[in-house]
Amino acid sequence: MIKTLRETIGGLWSLLVGMKITAINFKSPEITVHYPRQVVPDLEGFRGHIELVPKEDDPFKSKCTACSNCVRICPTSCISMKAAKPKKKEAPAAEAEGSQEPAAKKPKAKPEPVLFELNFNYCSLCGLCVQSCPTNALRFSDDVYLAGFTRQEFVFDLLARLQNQAQKKEQ
Amino acid sequence: MSSMDLRLDTSGDYYARKFQPTKREDTLILNMGPQHPSTHGVLRILLEIEGEYILRADPVLGYVHRMHEKMGEVMSYPQYYPNPPRTDYLHALAWNWAHVAAVERLMGIEVPERAEYIRVITCELNRITSHLLWWGAYLLDLGAFTPIMYSFDDRERIQDILQRITGSRLTYCYYRFGGVSDDIDDRFVEDTRRHCAVMKERFKMFKSLVTDNFILRKRVEEIGEIPLETCRKYGATGPVLRGSGKAYDVRRAEPYSVYDRFDFNIPAYDTCDAMGRYLVRMDEMQESIKIIEQALDTLPEGDYIHPKAPKRPKPPVGDIYFALEGARGKIGIHLVSDGGKSPYRIKLRAPGYSNLSLFSEVAQGTLISDAVSILGSLDLVIPEIDR
Repeated sequence: MIKTLRETIGGLWSLLVGMKITAINFKSPEITVHYPRQVVPDLEGFRGHIELVPKEDDPFKSKCTACSNCVRICPTSCISMKAAKPKKKEAPAAEAEGSQEPAAKKPKAKPEPVLFELNFNYCSLCGLCVQSCPTNALRFSDDVYLAGFTRQEFVFDLLARLQNQAQKKEQ
Repeated sequence: MSSMDLRLDTSGDYYARKFQPTKREDTLILNMGPQHPSTHGVLRILLEIEGEYILRADPVLGYVHRMHEKMGEVMSYPQYYPNPPRTDYLHALAWNWAHVAAVERLMGIEVPERAEYIRVITCELNRITSHLLWWGAYLLDLGAFTPIMYSFDDRERIQDILQRITGSRLTYCYYRFGGVSDDIDDRFVEDTRRHCAVMKERFKMFKSLVTDNFILRKRVEEIGEIPLETCRKYGATGPVLRGSGKAYDVRRAEPYSVYDRFDFNIPAYDTCDAMGRYLVRMDEMQESIKIIEQALDTLPEGDYIHPKAPKRPKPPVGDIYFALEGARGKIGIHLVSDGGKSPYRIKLRAPGYSNLSLFSEVAQGTLISDAVSILGSLDLVIPEIDR
């Protein structure tokens, strides 16, 4: 009889303590973010899919030297790249030939990527490609709200992405 | 026309048929899982029940087997970085550490002191998030909804802190052979300190809201008693062992890294029941905070990664076993190298596997609702068990 009474009182006390904590938290400010109407302000450190870093002097060209370190280190082989040496005599070919020849010879033809594709479906965002890059030509993008309906939407042509970004910047 | 036989096939699959033989006719064979909310993943338990009482229980595994060990054999050492954290996604950094430290010991790579301190701080932060999630999910099993909201509040804040440094929120891939991938800054130290102070207050609230709660005590006290002998028999470690009265912790028993420099207790309760395991984890979170604060006070300057750490390691021929204390118990990695760029064999010892094995013995004769309580108190992470 006494035991039952004690249990009842103990249960009621637990209830009161719980109600008190609930009341305190009820008055405290809201901590949740109502997503479509609000967004989280600080997402420092967020890793989106990788993207190419443009050169400082030419935003249309990437820093990539096509060494393919990232291709080899990637655990899931989601990067595919094709390298080629740039063709000589490109845009300024129309200028006077006499002054053009020695200038074109001077810089050695460094290989650069002609195709840089990322299959984001298999990426585990470990960051090994970014860290293994000798020229810091890769970085993480910061699009938190990336979403799509098909797998194909997550195969990114990173060179085209770089061009788009540079064009947007110019406008 | 035997194909027109439309009688229901009740023989079940391989496991059910293996489990079937019984002399009694008044009992019922029941599948708990693989899609059962209280099994936290895809654990399937075959039960023979009489009314509400369990006569026999048999866990069936293998529903999320992902071949992590085999993948270790075909990938090079750095390529295997993201895999161990994905086995136990709740205490990812401990697995990350186990893999990295095993290779370091085999090759004799030196780790700078600052890197060791950063590892201790981040690993303990991760341990707190793991225990917080267990706390919320366990109480959800027992029918209390509110606590998981509070625990997720704190958990998300710790994840914010870790995200700035590691770049991920759950499956961290932060440690590297010879150090860590990124240095911590003043803001990290500041945030961590502030959050540790907040957590101390929160633990008081957790205690009065849940630990002292009358209903919880009815659901966990004297339920799922695991004698120390049973723990020994099945090789149970971590909070399960400590909840049975043995204060065994790898951080103290075989000190690795810089754990021997910190002052912390190994909580142990000899009640052997679910309450004992519950209290061990609640105390462990506070001990982790103690370790983090000490580590932040004595954080040395220096490199965060050894400048001569190999990018593509090729360990010498030989094997190594390295064990450390994860949130669920002793995580072990046995690595055999044949001198090549990928391991000859990598064996992962998951603590949850041993902890689950004793369930069928402990669950005999208990109510189904108590079995849910026992399962929750073991803190199972199924992907870690299946690997």
